[in-house]
Formats: sequence, C-alpha cells, structure tokens
Amino acid sequence: MIEVKNLHFSYDGNEVLHNVSITIHDGEFIAIMGENGAGKTTLIKHFNGLLKPSKGEVLIDGVSTREETVASLSRKVGLVFQNPDHQLFSETVFQEVAFSMRNYGYPEETIRRRVKFILETLDLSSYADTSPFMLSGGERKRVALASILVSDPKHIVLDEPTIGQDHQQKEKLKNFIVQMNTQGRTVVIVTHDVEFVVECRPKVILLSKGSILAEGPYDEILSDEDLVRRASLIPPQIGLLMSSLKDLGFNPAILDVYQAKSAIERRLLSNVSKTL
Amino acid sequence: MSKILDVTRELIVIKAQGLTFTYSGSKKPAIENLNLEVEEGEFIVITGPSGCGKTTFARCLNALIPSFYRGEMKGSISVLGIDISKSTTSQLSKYVGFVFQNPENQLFSLSVERDVAFGPENLGLPREEVRRRVEWAMKVTGITHLRHAAPYELSGGQQQRVAIASVLAMKPKIIVLDEPTSFLDPLSAHQIVETVSNLRREMEITIILIEHRLDLASRYADRVIIMDRGRIILEGPPSKVYGEHAEAIGVGIPKISLLFNLLKRDGYDLGCTPVTLEEATQTIRRRILDDRS
Amino acid sequence: MSLKLFEGFRFTGKPTPIHRMDPRPKLLIASSIFLLSIIFTNIIVLLILLIGQLPLIYLAKSLRRWSNSLRGGAVLATLIFIMNFLTGSTLTFSLSMTLRFLVLISAFSLFFLTTSPDDLGLVLEKLHLPYTLSFTFTTAVRLVPTVALEAQTIVDAQRSRGLELDRGNIIERLRRHIPILIPLIVSAIRRSTELAEALESRAFGSCENRESLITLHMKLTDYFVVIATIIILLIGIFVRFWVPLPSLDENIRLPSIWG
Repeated sequence: MIEVKNLHFSYDGNEVLHNVSITIHDGEFIAIMGENGAGKTTLIKHFNGLLKPSKGEVLIDGVSTREETVASLSRKVGLVFQNPDHQLFSETVFQEVAFSMRNYGYPEETIRRRVKFILETLDLSSYADTSPFMLSGGERKRVALASILVSDPKHIVLDEPTIGQDHQQKEKLKNFIVQMNTQGRTVVIVTHDVEFVVECRPKVILLSKGSILAEGPYDEILSDEDLVRRASLIPPQIGLLMSSLKDLGFNPAILDVYQAKSAIERRLLSNVSKTL
Repeated sequence: MSKILDVTRELIVIKAQGLTFTYSGSKKPAIENLNLEVEEGEFIVITGPSGCGKTTFARCLNALIPSFYRGEMKGSISVLGIDISKSTTSQLSKYVGFVFQNPENQLFSLSVERDVAFGPENLGLPREEVRRRVEWAMKVTGITHLRHAAPYELSGGQQQRVAIASVLAMKPKIIVLDEPTSFLDPLSAHQIVETVSNLRREMEITIILIEHRLDLASRYADRVIIMDRGRIILEGPPSKVYGEHAEAIGVGIPKISLLFNLLKRDGYDLGCTPVTLEEATQTIRRRILDDRS
Repeated sequence: MSLKLFEGFRFTGKPTPIHRMDPRPKLLIASSIFLLSIIFTNIIVLLILLIGQLPLIYLAKSLRRWSNSLRGGAVLATLIFIMNFLTGSTLTFSLSMTLRFLVLISAFSLFFLTTSPDDLGLVLEKLHLPYTLSFTFTTAVRLVPTVALEAQTIVDAQRSRGLELDRGNIIERLRRHIPILIPLIVSAIRRSTELAEALESRAFGSCENRESLITLHMKLTDYFVVIATIIILLIGIFVRFWVPLPSLDENIRLPSIWG
C-alpha cells in the first residue's frame, strides 16, 4: 500500500506540493494527471524515496520512506522514468535489463531466468545481445521498462509512458499496463494524455499547482469539463461530443468511442421504431 | 478547411518526384519513390507510424538531407525552385524554417530576444532590420513579454513559441515542424497548433506539420499525408483520408472520425467523416432530428 | 559537493547594479583581485581582498550562491593548506596560500554569477575572437546548468534501479559512476547533434560580418568603476613593492623531514 499523509515538499524556497494526501491500495490502477509543472513527477519521486517529505510522510507497505534507502524501496516500487536515454549504459540489452537485479544481489541463475522471461514478454528476445544504443526510440523505451519490471516489483510507477509513442505503440502499451494490473500489481501512471487514460480506465487523481483538485473514477473526473480545464487538460473528444448532444438525451459521461457508438445506434434504432 | 482562393494558390513550392533516400550505413531506403506537390500557403499534415519516413522527408525540405545527413538520394526534390540535392541547409534557411521536436535543444541563448535575433544576425542583416524582425516575430507568437527570460527556464509550450519566433524572424516562405507538440501538455500543444495556423492564415506561409496528435491538427489541415514504411499511402483532405485504410495502417485518427467509421461499418452511414467536433455534433443532431420527422 | 560548486558560478539574472554593469569593468575587477592576490603573500592583505568582495556580493544579492562556490572549493583549499604545511611552510604561509586560492575562486564566482555568458561572448567578440569560437565558449557555459540537471535526473533513474553510489572504496565508487557517466555522455552527444541541426537551420556560420542585435555600452558609472579599480590596483602594486607591512612573525612549522 502506498500512503501519502499531508505531504508538503519545498525546493529552493518554493513549495511544490501542498498538503497532499493519497492512499493507493494494493492492486489499484491509478492515473495521476495534471499540467506540466503541477508536481506529478515530484510526487512520484517520493514513492521510492528519491525525495523525502519536507513535512508529512510517505509510507510504503507501512514503513516510512524516511527510514529506508532508495535501493531498498526500489525493490518494492519500480519507477520507470520518462526518458530511457537517461538509463541506458550497458553493452547489451541483456546486461542492461540485468542491472537492477545485480544491484539487489540476486543469484546469477535467477537473474538469467528472469531477464529471459521479461525480454520475451516485451518482445525483445531477439535483441538480447544487441547494444541498447542501436535500437529505435520505441524499443529503447521497452528496454527501460524491462529493466524495471525484471525484478517484479509489487508497485509499478510510470512517468509519462506515452510521450513520443505512436498510436500502435500506445495500444500495445495500454494492453501491457492493463495486464500488469490484472495480474495483481499496483500500477500508477503519470500522464496528461487524456485519451490514453480513457482507454485504460483507471482511478484518476487530478493534480494542479501542487494540490489535489479531485480524485475518483476516470469517467466521473474526465467528463467534468470544468474540472478538466482547471487542471489545464483537454477533455476527451467523445466526452465533448456527448456533452454537446446532452439535450438529445445522451449521457455526457460517455467517454469511450465504442460506448458512444452503441448509444447513438440505440438512439437511431429507437427513432426508427418510433416512426413505425 | 477548404481552399478558398484556388486561383491565387497555384505556385508549387515543394515538388518531389520519385524521391528515395537511404541513410549511409543503412540497407533499406528510409523513403521510397515519394511523389508530392505542395502549393503555396497550404497546411499539410504528415503522419504515420514510427519509422515511416516522415522525419526523413522533412529533413529533405531544408537540405539537412543531404548536407547534414549523408546518404544516397535518388529522384528529385525541389523547394521554391531550388534543387535540394545541390544545396546546403544554410542556403535554404532563408526560405525554409525548421522547428524541432525537443523544445530545449534548439534554443541556446540566455535571453529569448537574443535567440530570436540569432537567425537574422546570421543572415548578415543590419542591426535595425534585425531589431524590426525580432519585435515582429515576438509579437506574432505572443512572447514579447518574455523577451528577457532565459529560454531554459520557460515551459515547453513557451519554448516552442520561442523556437517558432526565431524561425519566423528569418521570414521563411515555408515552415516545417517535426512533432513540435511531443513534449507538451495538451493545452500548450493546442496553442502551438493554433499559433502555426494563424501564421499560415495571416502570412501565407506554407506549413508542413508532422504530427501524431491528429485530433488537434486536423481542423487546420488542407491535406493529410499518411506514410508507412517509407512510402506515401494516403493523401487528401482529412475527411477523405481518415477511413478504414488509415485505421489499418495504425494511425491515430481523431476519435470522432473513428466513431463515424464504426457507425458506418455497422450500417449507419452518416454521410461523412467529420474532422471537427462541430461537424460531428451537427451531423449527428441533424440525423437524429431528421429521422424523427 | 560537486553540484553545489557549479551553483556558485551559474549566472542568474537579477536586477542589481552589479548585474547591470558592463561585463568589461567586471572582468577588470576580477582580474585585478586575481593580480593582487598573486603579488601578495601577506595574510592580512589576502584577508582584506577576500572580505572586501563581500559588499559587492551583497549588492549583487548573491550571498548564498557565492558561499556555494567557497564550500565547493573547501576540499581543494584544505588540500592546499595540507600540502604547504607538510612541505615545511609556516602556519601563516600555508594559510595565506589557502586564502589566495579562496580569493581567486571568490573573485571569479562573483564575475560569473553576475555576467551572462551571452555578454561574455560579446566581450570575446570585441576582442576580435572569431564568432564561431566565442559562440562555442558561451554555449558551453550556458549548457553547464542543463548538464548538471540532467546528471541529477540520471542519478535518480539509476538509483531507482538499486544503484548505490556511496558504498565501497574509492575504486568501487568510481566504477559505480559509470552508469551515470555513459548516459551523460550519450546525452551530450545527442544534444550537440540536435543543437547543430537547429543552428544549421538558422544559417549559423554563413556570414563573416554579422552584426549583433545587442551590443555592449559603457555607461558613466562603468567608467567610474574602471577608474576606481585601476587606482586600487596601482595603490596595491605600490604598497607591495614600496611599503613595509606588518606581518605575523611566527615560525610554526613542521620539523623538517625533507632536510
């Protein structure tokens, strides 16, 4: 469980996070959203102890982050950074992915087994002996992801995973993230990609200027246009469509394109039946 | 958005014929047999899956290919009548401005003003002319109040506006933007695309925008070009291009366009593929109300 | 420690009279302090040279950042003291050498804190350095905070994979920094390439006689500062060579092992 209690964080004289309190239960799927500069990255850096609270506390599985090292917290909370090029340094993809488990002191045989497994899962087996610097942008992002997931942390936090990804890559990422969560892991994504969140269907926490604006199921939060705009985000296109057709009886909380399709078809059918 | 005055827009500013380019050290061409003509003042959006060759094509427009990126070029490409294969980026910089994906790495100065002045200074223009252009470019992009700010302290959206201003100060005829919104949040992304569209409208500058965020860019585009594996697969006004084929290639067409495609496949043809929210809303409303009567 | 040192030399634009000063008198001040600190070994003079900078730093509202540069140089300063003392110099002399080093760091910290790299480039241009060279220099200076920030991000990313940088002996610690160094270098190369592309696209280097939009203008106050500095410098030189100074006459030194 990740508990954030009355967290205040200041840097260089500025308070970046004000009185943030969140509880993320095991196995939950959360999206932390807000504009650039809202404090999202600062918040998640508290989850593995990279930053310690100025006031308040952060507890991972009941233990305060002030009492554990980053290395030890990283075994429980896997934090995947935005830019894979800030991590890659090894001669081969295999070495790169094995890095964290070697730091944690796992036996070589376990490492070999787990690296092989995660490379297969992420479609990177053919690159095991390739230099990570030779791979394309999307592939490097997968290597970075693999290098955190290899140790199978209970909680996974992804910072802006969709940046620079094309449509198909985002599809695959969405499926992968959802699968990780279905398998029981806590998944937290930090993002401002509203359409991506609609497809993932997590619980949403809206952050703006260092404070929590709102939290709740994604469809409740993202269909509230005012709230979304206050967080400097753009509401999902389908939501805006349904909202402007509210007077015809459409539910403005529909955000998914397939649900919208069904709603419109139902309406057109009922029109036909009325005329009959 | 339809072309209103076809008659005045007949000048071809970009002409590619059979354009093929293979980066040196690569076995396969990054772009293959591209044929394209762009008229003056057009707003072109180029999109496609990663690796489809859109950036490669963009680099040809201001001669980064072949003067900065070595390789083998076949076919031809001319910009404003200039043969690219025989030119350098410096020569093209007067006519073609380039805005890059990463906001921070294209700005280098410690004040916005100096960054914007950099281009015209390099052209050897006298100080008064440089000053005039800097003031104008900052006004048009709405960053005059940031003139003394240090670019690296600005937000991504502000940085991209500085980048656009610094390119604009060279008074180019064509501006190429390679995924300028990648690192920006949705609101800033929206503002950038709007700024660019205003440039086109007010100054008849031809815009080539490479984008994944089609929901933002489509409303301004005269034509959308979809590339895949180095070739142009689809080309035309967005409403014609956002069909099943585009979906199959794996392009992220706007959700409202997808909605209408899905409805059509289920037998509910609403008669068009909308590109803007207003179009979609009006079409659905009309259909439902018409049906009733 | 290392990143703090950078903070002591990073320019921040503030509306203070020192910041507004033309870079040339500021360079003259820093160089004069440098010169004076070299010709004197008298500990009292060196102390005056160090403390005399405080009012300037206070005017520039840069006290905290300036102290960072001193803190960053503390290690080297201690090393200088130890080296001098261990090779047989007196206590006072060793302290003087240490002070000289600190005066140097301080003077140039003051200069770089209040002078924008762009202005520096303009000074270099006035000295008729080729534009591409002065540009390279100022870009390098301007990139220092960016690289420092990136280094921090890389450290964060690698620590999140269990890397512990402060364990082990010196050799092990150096090895543990490889996962920091390599991404930093790769990133620097990528950044340079992207910057080069952007600069090419804006006709960099295409014109020999470029006119800069912003030029340096010496105001009246700047001329006063120059005159005052030259006077102080001349007085200092006069005092050094023609005026006997009180000195702390002690002979505390280590027993000579070196004969």
